[in-house]
This record gives sequence, structure tokens and C-alpha cells, in this order.
Amino acid sequence: MTTSLTSSRSDLLDVRGLTKVFGSLTACNRVDLTIRQGEIHALLGENGAGKSTLVKMLFGSLEPNDGQIFWKGQPVRIANPSAARSFGIGMVFQHFSLFEALTAAENIALSLDADSPIHSISERARDLSHSYGLPLDPESLVGDLSVGERQRIEIIRCLLQEPDLIILDEPTSVLTPQEADKLFETLERLRDEGKSILYISHRLDEVKRLCDGATVMRHGKVVAHCDPRKETAASLARMMVGADVVTAHSEPIDLSGAPELLGVRDLSRKPAGPFSIPLKNISLSVRSGEVFGIAGVAGNGQGELFEALSGEAIQERAESIQIRGKAVGRMNISQRRMMGAAFVPEERLGHGAAPRMRLSENLLLTRHATDGRALVGRGGVIKTTAVDAASQRVIKEMDVRKSAPDPEAAALSGGNLQKFIIGRELDRQPTVMVVNQPTWGVDAGAAARIRQALIELARSGSAVLVISQDLDELFEISDAIAVMHNGELSKPIPRAQATFEKIGLLMGGAEPGHADHPEVA
Amino acid sequence: MRIELVKRPGQSKLFSVLSPLIAFGLTIIAGAILFAVLGKNPATALYTYFIEPLTEVWSVHELMIKAAPLILIAVGLSVCFISNNWNIGAEGQFVMGAIVGSLVPVMFPQFQNAALLPLMLVMGMLGGAAYAFIPAFLKARFNTNEILTSLMLVYIAQLFLDWLVRGPWRDPSAMNFPQAPRFSPAATLPELFPADGRANRGFILAIVAALLVWFMMSRALKGFELRVIGQSPRAGRFAGFSSSGIIFFSFLVSGALAGLAGISEVSGAIGRLQPQISPGYGFAAIIVAFLGRLNPLGIVAAGLVLALSYLGGEAAQIAVGVTDKTVRAFQGMLLFFVLACDTFIRYQIRIVPMAPASAKPVEAARGNG
Repeated sequence: MTTSLTSSRSDLLDVRGLTKVFGSLTACNRVDLTIRQGEIHALLGENGAGKSTLVKMLFGSLEPNDGQIFWKGQPVRIANPSAARSFGIGMVFQHFSLFEALTAAENIALSLDADSPIHSISERARDLSHSYGLPLDPESLVGDLSVGERQRIEIIRCLLQEPDLIILDEPTSVLTPQEADKLFETLERLRDEGKSILYISHRLDEVKRLCDGATVMRHGKVVAHCDPRKETAASLARMMVGADVVTAHSEPIDLSGAPELLGVRDLSRKPAGPFSIPLKNISLSVRSGEVFGIAGVAGNGQGELFEALSGEAIQERAESIQIRGKAVGRMNISQRRMMGAAFVPEERLGHGAAPRMRLSENLLLTRHATDGRALVGRGGVIKTTAVDAASQRVIKEMDVRKSAPDPEAAALSGGNLQKFIIGRELDRQPTVMVVNQPTWGVDAGAAARIRQALIELARSGSAVLVISQDLDELFEISDAIAVMHNGELSKPIPRAQATFEKIGLLMGGAEPGHADHPEVA
Repeated sequence: MRIELVKRPGQSKLFSVLSPLIAFGLTIIAGAILFAVLGKNPATALYTYFIEPLTEVWSVHELMIKAAPLILIAVGLSVCFISNNWNIGAEGQFVMGAIVGSLVPVMFPQFQNAALLPLMLVMGMLGGAAYAFIPAFLKARFNTNEILTSLMLVYIAQLFLDWLVRGPWRDPSAMNFPQAPRFSPAATLPELFPADGRANRGFILAIVAALLVWFMMSRALKGFELRVIGQSPRAGRFAGFSSSGIIFFSFLVSGALAGLAGISEVSGAIGRLQPQISPGYGFAAIIVAFLGRLNPLGIVAAGLVLALSYLGGEAAQIAVGVTDKTVRAFQGMLLFFVLACDTFIRYQIRIVPMAPASAKPVEAARGNG
């Protein structure tokens, strides 16, 4: 019992038996984690493995139910984020907390406890940004900055507090491959100065390349501590997933002569709100049998494009969107569905599904208008038996795991709900399918199943448009990839000619024709 | 030390059903304490309040008279509340329904035939719906807060009625009393069982309305649409449902039902227009809607309970000697306890001690094992 009260001096952070319970869910179950001085330590795990919960406890935003945290050998209680900062723990969140209408320096000033004058903060920020290779103008408005630049503000804000441990939550999920490389250089420099970094990710190549140690979590438990440099990507994936990882398989297909099913012609859209992205002259064509991928860093107009395609936002020009050769730009979402189109939005809860409604009711959500009189009879009376049967069919077809016969959507895990939402559309054999982020936050098994289903739908003669930030996914399933940047869409690149580098440069905003001379900010 | 509300992992079905009963029980207990503090015998007072009105046939008729408008209005309000539209102005729509429904009998007293009463009822519904259209339009078009607009329109309607019965519509033969002429028999809602009490067919209208709305909410696509838009508007738009369409639909339905309650009240229970035609039915119906868990069938039961509180309040004024304000107090307590019970069904209280920032060796050792 006494041994547990002290900890080795060289360990910066030592976590023992940390447990957090939410209702019936044990998000973290007796988690142990040790981070040494001057180490980049990876925290690996699929979505929902408990990484974020663990980190929130380390940063003081959540209180553990049980367990102990040792900081520099001393047992501590981290009551709140400002306590964490005073210990020397800094954090860069996955979702930034910046005011768009303020400058970078002002945003940094807001988070500092001392009331130092703004120009001195500007100067220190500028110095830091120079010495760590994080180019940033402190006087620029956050609203005008790219996602990568915003992340730099967060990192500099964190560094200004001179932390001993920096926690980075999925930092590369919003970066182009080239921006990510820059970030790695910065992190390595920080490590060489003796700082420790807890690097949260599910991207195995990054972890192998960057990290000195790794802790792998699955279902709230630590399943392995290992040295990622001695593991293969496949062995790391197996630890994360708990089984061999299957990937979807797509045979190349000859699309010459295949008819266009979904066409977009010079689609432009004014920004709907102060910080939404205008769409500029977007054109694309998806043929029967084709999976068309749209890559891009988040927030470059993908959501706006999806709304325009689905009909949630109706267009001024009918010809700007064509389904099966018919101009549908002025039609609403139900009319477009009746043309044979199906849509899966990025947000599952609250957009693709109503959280507090049962699966059967969520089936009706997108099917009430399309299935003739099969689901809704004369006088608008719902045919409950038919709806139940259809929803059970989807559940069986997509192998949706659930705890009750017809649970509320919110009761399902992200992956299972996504399988249901995709299956709900596949069940009616759509001619055109538009999916935004098909496997965002979905576990590997479900993701593979969803990707395979999308490929099969295309090969059966439908047109499938996939918008995704996950390049691996797009390379796995697409026949052609176009890149969205700042509301514009590049020309599609056939998969055979597409490389990560090429796509990455386009994601960073390089001109399609000048990809050889990139200017990565 | 601080107190936290922690969301429960699951909600007890049993307590969801029991919650209105528990709330009613707590109201009775709080009421007993209230009477004791006022120096009255709580047992006698509560008996007068809640039991005595049920012991005689005539007062059961009175109960139905009071329950009918409460149920009609609350059923309409449930449609609004489920779709996340906060119509607080049913009292005003009730008054407008009464006024518009009375147009024909007051302006054209010679129009006397079988079509008169149905015409009055339909016009009452139109009047209430038209009045509810105002906050609905303001919300759908300008994103105005419907709670404020619908509430303020109540006072406009009440003062408009006041002006009408003191001015243009005043009965010349009423000795300067501010009231409109009494309705003719053809314009009067018939009684249910004329032999033993005053209850009129308004109660039938209320039950029919409750059944129709129950069917719509539980079986029809429209009810589904209302629930989806109320719970997650973005998912509703994705489903192809129109948020503004639902704003109009729910306000018009609840306005029409409040208007129907209004014309039924003046044509049945009161018999003429006068400055005061409602003891706050439009507001009490908000309590009825929540006490009935926004379920039309539950609302029928809840309407009877609230009606009892009105009757008991009248009886208690005479028998126990408390003011008529105790009615309001009881209704307030009832709503308070219903909402409190609902909160505890969804959340549990956790008391978090402010522990000192020190280690807990026992836990650490256990966590390490």
C-alpha cells in the first residue's frame, strides 16, 4: 500500500487505476499511463475507446471516480483546467475554442491569467512562432485564418504558459499532409528541449514515425503499453481494434460510356451565415457505377455543398444540380429523394437521426415520402407494421448491434447508428447516393462494412458521391478524387493517378496546374 | 459542498406514469400545511376542496363544465408544446373565439335556425385560429419570441372584449350592465342531461377533440412531423418537413381549439358575452397539458383534476373562509411539483463535497491493485 504513494522521479506523469463512470458506461476502467520527461507518448485507440475521457481527467475538466494521478512524483488532484495549467499541463483541443471576430493575439490574451498588455503578448507570440517554426501573424483576425493556422494559435497559446506536458488531441485531423509534417517538426523540437507530449491519435503511421512510447486503449481499458517504433502498423491496428482489420476492396472499373446520374454545373452559393463558406462554380459529374470522392480539410465548404445537393438549401438555378439528367436545383429534399437520390449527412445525432426517437421512427424520417403507400397509407396514417419490418430488415442487413428490439437512436454506438443510417438509404436501392463523412467516428469493423456497401451500391449501377476528410478512406473506395478548398472544387483525379502528395497539395490550396511548386503556408 | 443534477442513464417508465400522481400527493401535503398555517383545520379544508364537490350530482355537472374548456385548450396546447412552439396566449385565443363566435347571434339576432349553433362553433374556431396566426406569423417570418407575443395578445383580447360589451355590443335592456344580449335558445349549446344538471355538450366536444388529436399524434404522419420538428429541428428539415409549416399548423390547431372552448363557454355555461368570461382557463390549461404529460388522454384526466381545484376553491371560500387566491396557489403548487417530479425522473441529485486537494491513499492502493 505504501509503495503506491510514491513514484519514480524521472516520470513526469504517472496515472494509476484512473476510472470514470457515466451512468452505466465505464468510459475509463482502471487506466494506467506513464509519461517520461522528454518523451512523445502516443495515446492510441478507436473512437469511443476512452481517450478523450482520460485526457479530460488529466486536464481537470472531468473528475475521476477512482484512481490516482502523480505529477512529478507527487500525488495530485487536478480540480479544474486552471489547476492543470498551474501544474504545467497544457492542452491543444481537437475542436478549437477561439473567437473568430478577435485577432490571434487577443485570443491568446484571453486565456492568460495575468493581465499583461496586448502588444507584449503579440511580441512573445511572434517570438515563439519564429523559434518553433509556426508561422503566424498575431494581428490577424481568426475568422480569416485557415484551420491549420488556428491550430497554431492554440499551440502558441499553450506554449506561452510554459508547460512541461503538452496534450494534443487528434492534431492532424484538420491538417493537410504537408501541414502535418510541419507540425511534427515542431513537436520534435519541443521534445528535444525536454518537454513531454501526449499525442492522441488513431493514425498509426504518424504514431510510428513520431512517438517514443504508446499506450493503447480499447473499450475504456488499457490493452497494451508498447514502443510504436518496434511495432508494425498492422500490429498496432490489431491492438486498437482487437481483431485483424479488414479493408474494403474495390476493383477498378471502366466507366467509359456509363451515363451520368448526378451532375453539378457551375454551382455557386452565397454564404448563408457570417462564417460559412461560399461555393464557387462547382462542377462535377458522377456516372453510373462510379464512386466519386471529395477530399478536403474540414470547413472548406463541404457542408454547404452537401446541403445544396440534398435540397436542404434550394438553389436559384434549377440546372445547377441534375439527377438522372433532370434539373433538380429548385426541388426540395423530398422531391429529390423521389427522383431516386439518397443522402447521409455528417452529423448522425440531430441531423441524420433524431436522437430520442426509435430506430423505426428514424427509418420513417427519410422514407415517408419515397416508398409510395408502403409506409404511409391513405390520409397520412403510418403503417407501423411495415415501418417496423423495414427497420428490422435494415438492422439485419447491416448487422446493427443494439441492446433492445427498437432502441432510441441515441442509445446506439456511433458505428452502429451510422450502419443503420446508411442501411436505411441502401434499403431502397438509391440511384444516386451522397454521403458526407461516411465513417467519421466509426469503429474499424463498421467502417469497413460501410465502405464495402458503398462500393457495392456503385457497382450495381448507382452513382455514389463521398465527401470525406479521411484520405485513406477516399483512396480505398473512390474511382476519382476531387479536392475542395475554400469553396472551390478541383478537377477530379482518377485514382490510378492520385497520390497522397498530390491530393495533399490541393487540400492546402495549391493551384491544380502548379502542383509541382507548392506553397504550403 | 455543491449540489449537482446528474442525468440518469435510463428513465423509469413506472415513475413517468406515477409522476403526476406523486405531484398531486405532494400538492395535497403542501396544501395541508398551507391551511394549517392559515389557522384552518387541514382535514376539513382538504375535504371541502377535493372530496365534497364529487359527492353530489349537480357539482359533478359543474366539474364537467369547468373541465371541458380546460381539456379543449390543453389538447391544442399539447400539439404546440410537443413541436416546441410555446403558445402561452390560449387565454386570448379563447376570448377571441368567444367574440367571433358571437358575431352572428349578437349582430343578426333574427338569424334563428339549426345552422346557427354549428356556424357559431366554426366561427369561434376561426376566430381563435386567426388570433393565434399573429404570433405564429411573427415567429415564422421574423423569428419573434412567441412566448412574449402570444402572452401580450391576451391582454389585447381581454380589453377588446371589455370595450365591446361596454360599448357597441352592450345590451340596451341590461340596465347599463356591461354585457351583451343573452343568447337565444337556438344559439345555446344544449345541456347533456337537462334533468339533473347544467353540464353541456361542450364536454363531448372536448372528448372528441382529445381522441382526434391522440390519433393524429400517435398514428399519423403529421404527429410524427410535429414530434421530429419539436425534438430535433435539423433532422426534421432533413426529413423534408417544414419548420415554419409546423409553427403555423400547431398555432392554428391550438388557437382553433381555444376558440372553440371560448364560444362553447359563452354559448353554454355563461349564455352571453360579458367582461369576464374565463377564470384563467387559458393559463390553467398549460398546467393541464403538462400534468397530462402532453398526451391527449392524460389531459382528459388532468383537466378533471384542475376543474376540481376550481370547484373546491369556490366551496372552500364559503365553507372554510379562505380567499379565492388559494385556487391559484394550488394550481401553482401542482405545476411546480409536476415539473419537479419530471426533473427527478430524468436527473438525480448528487452532493459533491469540496474535498481538500490531498491524496486518497486507500483509493490509490485499490486502483493500483
